[in-house]
Amino acid sequence: MMNALYEYLVRLGDDSLIIGHRLSEWCGHGPILEEDIAMTNLSLDFIGQATSLLKYAGEVEGKGRTEDDLAYLRYDREYKNALLVEQPNGDFGMTMMRQFLFDAYRRLLFERLLNSTDDTLRAIAAKSLKETKYHLKHSSEWVIRLGDGTSESNKRIQESLDTLWRYTSELFYSDEVDVELIATGKIPSMDGLEQEWKELVGVVLEEATLKIPTNNWKHEGGRKGMHSEHLGYILAELQYMQRAYPGLEW
Amino acid sequence: MANKEWPLWEVFIRSKQGLSHKHVGSLRAADSEMAIENARDVYTRRSEGVSIWVVESNDVFASNPYDADSLYEPSDSKVYRHPTFYEVPDGIEHM
Repeated sequence: MMNALYEYLVRLGDDSLIIGHRLSEWCGHGPILEEDIAMTNLSLDFIGQATSLLKYAGEVEGKGRTEDDLAYLRYDREYKNALLVEQPNGDFGMTMMRQFLFDAYRRLLFERLLNSTDDTLRAIAAKSLKETKYHLKHSSEWVIRLGDGTSESNKRIQESLDTLWRYTSELFYSDEVDVELIATGKIPSMDGLEQEWKELVGVVLEEATLKIPTNNWKHEGGRKGMHSEHLGYILAELQYMQRAYPGLEW
Repeated sequence: MANKEWPLWEVFIRSKQGLSHKHVGSLRAADSEMAIENARDVYTRRSEGVSIWVVESNDVFASNPYDADSLYEPSDSKVYRHPTFYEVPDGIEHM
């Protein structure tokens, strides 16, 4: 029998873990020193969230797995992050657009999770929400500046939006896991979340003079462990040390 | 060719205990809002502060270090400007 709370925590935790890893790839490569530090700060926030969520997932599972076991020793099909967060960094605008689309979702999600009846999940949501508000502000400012910037920056970030938009519907994916947790009150109802997100995102994209793609093709699968070709490469790098030197600490 | 470098900003941070903002360094940013975000990321990541000011470096006017002799030395010889120069007569309380 599936443990719905474990599954849910892994989905949230893997979102944080994988986008945190993607951001860490910018370390030393940022377009300017200030942004290099900003992105590694974001990365550390996400890895911190992943630590809390996966630690709790391990406790809920009750098989003695730690957050490190979950982060470093699962196979790709066992990762439940949304496809959006594993998409390649691309240029700086692509990274900021991915961040913006994700941050807006995360902010609304954590606000709702403040009403969870689960004490630990509520506490993690409260702490993460503070971080997320800043993340969203930062990524929104960049989307606005790049969109409403030069013709070159507008063209490139519009392409980023066109590329990433097809991965956004999955953020609102819902299945028996969500149904069970909502029924037991562990998580509140998510009715209207996608609409709220569209409005929040729409305001910023309009200010950025960007056009929401009309193409409705959607990619999903991450929540069930079916990933794009990119996750394997991420895991190869993420897991190398623990696979090559099991139990290594430093 | 146009200068493509973003303007330089001076950053001032007030710490939790501090009463005033102190200069901590400078950074580059496209505008004031981004300068504050960058300052937050670069200068407050170890809980250094609770308030940030940024000022475009162009707007800071400074005294000339070469004028130090004429500007500051004259006051060195005016010890009577310090309250410790004066003897307090007996019987004066609450000084």
